[in-house]
Amino acid sequence: MLSAYIPIAIFVVVATGFALFTLVFSSLLHPEKYNKVKLEPYECGIEPMTDARDRYSIRYYLVAMLFVIFDVETVFMFPWAVIFNKLLLFGLIEMLVFIFILLVGYYYAWQKGALEWV
Amino acid sequence: MPPGISTSDFYYILPELVLTGGALLVLIADVLLPRGSKALAWVTLLAIGATIASLVPFGSTHVEVAHGLLAVDQFALFFKIVFLGAAALTVLMSVRYLEIEGASPGEYYFLILCATLGMMIMAGGIDLLTIFIGLETMAVSFYILAGFIKPNQRSNEAAVKYFLLGAFSLGILLYGMSIMYGLSGTTNLRTMATAFVGQERDPRLVLAVILVVAGLGFKIAAVPFHMWAPDVYEGAPTPVTAFLSVGSKAASFAMLLRIFLEGLPSMSADWRLMFEVLAIVTMTIGNLAALTQTNIKRMLAYSSIAHAGYILIGVVAGTPRGVAAMLIYLLIYAFMQLGAFTIIIIMRRQDVVGDELKDFSGLHIRHPFAAFAMLLFMLSLGGIPPTAGFMGKFWLFGAAIDAGYVRLAVIGVLNSAISLYYYIRLVVFMYLKPQGAGSPVTTSPSLGIALAVAVIGTIFLGVYPRLLFDLAEMSARTLGVAAVTAAIR
Amino acid sequence: MMPTLNDYLVLSAILFAIGTAGVFVRRNLITILLSIEIMLNAVNLTFVAFGRALGAVDGQILVFFVMTVAAAEAAVGLAIVIDLFRHRESLNPDSFASLKW
Repeated sequence: MLSAYIPIAIFVVVATGFALFTLVFSSLLHPEKYNKVKLEPYECGIEPMTDARDRYSIRYYLVAMLFVIFDVETVFMFPWAVIFNKLLLFGLIEMLVFIFILLVGYYYAWQKGALEWV
Repeated sequence: MPPGISTSDFYYILPELVLTGGALLVLIADVLLPRGSKALAWVTLLAIGATIASLVPFGSTHVEVAHGLLAVDQFALFFKIVFLGAAALTVLMSVRYLEIEGASPGEYYFLILCATLGMMIMAGGIDLLTIFIGLETMAVSFYILAGFIKPNQRSNEAAVKYFLLGAFSLGILLYGMSIMYGLSGTTNLRTMATAFVGQERDPRLVLAVILVVAGLGFKIAAVPFHMWAPDVYEGAPTPVTAFLSVGSKAASFAMLLRIFLEGLPSMSADWRLMFEVLAIVTMTIGNLAALTQTNIKRMLAYSSIAHAGYILIGVVAGTPRGVAAMLIYLLIYAFMQLGAFTIIIIMRRQDVVGDELKDFSGLHIRHPFAAFAMLLFMLSLGGIPPTAGFMGKFWLFGAAIDAGYVRLAVIGVLNSAISLYYYIRLVVFMYLKPQGAGSPVTTSPSLGIALAVAVIGTIFLGVYPRLLFDLAEMSARTLGVAAVTAAIR
Repeated sequence: MMPTLNDYLVLSAILFAIGTAGVFVRRNLITILLSIEIMLNAVNLTFVAFGRALGAVDGQILVFFVMTVAAAEAAVGLAIVIDLFRHRESLNPDSFASLKW
């Protein structure tokens, strides 16, 4: 029974080994020349303008909240999907009703401009 | 269909389905209707009306839906009528208030309907799962409603306080429920009742009972779990306060009766004692604290705490007669409390907030009918005949004496006497003081209807209560306690 | 050694106590919110542990609902708290004085 885990063990060893090897090997090879620009945080190639501990737009919170609410509903879809074969058409209709109710909320949020990035 | 669910189940939850559909319709209508349209209130009333109409076929139904998730019986029916009636009156009260406060009505009506839906599920729930979902549907709606007037700092603070203490009490209640589930191996309250027979001395079960009592104590605002109530009642928009103090309280009592009478009858010795102490402390502290208030909403908050104490007497009695008295009292309380809040909303004008005692000075000159109605509601809340409030207290204390709790009845009567002081003080302000400042006091058609319903209810149930009593007793008997209680005794 | 039901219950009781203590002790609304979440997670753990010991799925189903409700509550709670911060520029519950606490 444990033998089933051998491929996983090999995978873990190889993955860890490769990462460690790359880090160690490159640290042996690379030249060490630091300057101000190199030590700055990397932000997609754009120069950082302000401190990271700054105020965020309130819009982030709104989007985050909408995400949390709609995201967590998927928790009901996992058990539903597992026994979908037994629920058949009834299960499908039930889930469609559930999603329809979510969609009404989504439609409302959309129409009220909660998704606009002003 | 999967096992355990049948087509008839959907028939039995028709009222809930209609209300859900109505709530979604309100949400869509808010987007489609032009801004500031008053039609939304009518759509909401239509949804409530349709739900009430859909209750008609279930007048004498007594079934369990979907493996015992919900009970459709007369007990639930009675509460559903109270909730829907209170919701309808709240909508009528809200139209002008929202206009004056400049709040957008869309989500407001939707949330009122959601809260009502939650209450209906709470009243019918006989499974920890449904009770919990109903409770949260209601509570989350109320968290938002309490903070609905966004520019108002007091409304916002009320929402924060209600939310924090509500979520905290939910944690306590759920922890108790999880222990109940673990010890019985079921989430169904009726199955649980039989599983708990013989476990009376298990300390874990006693702990669960204490936790559930504490969690529910928060919801019904019983002392010492009441500290949120005055702040929230004062800060929340007045129609929301009205609905909160009537609907949420009634629903929490329905849930309390379901949990303790259906699920924990074998522990009745323990919870009777706890509720007896809670009832005495709640009545006394609620009334004493109300004596010094100068803000009417705050005074009514303490008065509502005291009333929770009176109603708890019925739980302590625990007999069908006690439960019937509770149902009657909750219905009567709905009329007089909603009526009193309607008057406070009438007092709210562009230039006056109108919830301070001095704002009511000389009201009988400015608006004689409003003053008379308020007088009626105050007398009813104080329990003076021939108002409905007297009848409610009469049955409640009668049930207590019947069940052998004479001391509770005596304390209740003494407390009613104390409460008269602060109810009458408002009457003195209205009739004996010179006129207050501000623009004239006027009503709108919808406020007039709400007020008329409350006045008629308060008088009619006081003069001709027999009808209601029979109905309530019939409902109380369906609570499914008789069999289990008899098995234990 | 497999952990027994009792171990789980003790752990959840400790978590619950930590959460409750956090609600009373901490003086920042966000931290209080987090403490309440800890309490709810203690509840979840109890439900799952009991459910497993009983060999039933009811406990897990309840946990699904507790989780979704907790998420909805957190979203509403954060919205209310942000609104409060706009008014008050503080998250210390002691600074709310316009209503007597």
